[in-house]
Amino acid sequence: MTLDLALFLILALVAIAAALGMLLSRNAVYSALFLVLNFVTVAVFYLLLGAPFIAMAQITVYAGAIMVLFLFVIMLLGAERLPDAKVLPWQKPLAYGLAFVLAAEATYLFVTRARPEGDILPPEAAVNTLDNLRALGIALFSDYLLPFEVTSILLLVAMVGAILLTKKEKWERK
Amino acid sequence: MVPVEYYIILSAVLFSIGVAGVVFRRNALVIFMSIELMLNAANLAIVAFSSALKSLEGQIFVFFVIAVAAAEVAVGLALIVEIFKSKRSIDVDQMNSMKG
Repeated sequence: MTLDLALFLILALVAIAAALGMLLSRNAVYSALFLVLNFVTVAVFYLLLGAPFIAMAQITVYAGAIMVLFLFVIMLLGAERLPDAKVLPWQKPLAYGLAFVLAAEATYLFVTRARPEGDILPPEAAVNTLDNLRALGIALFSDYLLPFEVTSILLLVAMVGAILLTKKEKWERK
Repeated sequence: MVPVEYYIILSAVLFSIGVAGVVFRRNALVIFMSIELMLNAANLAIVAFSSALKSLEGQIFVFFVIAVAAAEVAVGLALIVEIFKSKRSIDVDQMNSMKG
């Protein structure tokens, strides 16, 4: 067993355990922290796959900004834990069963139908140089310039929308 | 080297855990986190394919997905705060009326 494979298997266990912890925690704060662990693990996978820029973006945007926003809202609303209510008894086993079927089918179809030719690049090829970052920057600002600019407009609209949604609605009544 | 299938299997498993979270959790915030988990699983699959095909396009798509996810979280959390203001709860079972 090579070092890469051992690293992958251990990290995959951590990622799946963190996702299950997110799913099963009663407290929403614990869910958020488990999800941060999962995001950081996936960032390490990106490094293994030779995508260092995406790995860093994953840590700053997902594990940093997005999850801080989540924790902020959870604590602002004081909604860590919902009061127990009457739930449908068959809902949980049904959800587990359907999710398991989905996982099995998706795994089978992805592996058999979507198999690309070729193996994963050795990470040293991309991690230890700035080639990955330089190539990404050139592609973003030449071939993908229009989507890049549209994304900036999308972020502006989301910012304005979030501010408008949480604003007091005095302007409506005038 | 790790075969690309392993990454795809891991991605499918993470995605399915996210689906289960959306289906049976009642806390709107946890449902939202499950959606993020699914986006993340899809990103992992895209980067794995991009790496296997030795092409940079997959990483660029993942970059856009991350940007769109950030926008989605900002608007979604603002909506959840608004719902909490009117219902005093974020239990999705309580959200059963169209108006206020």
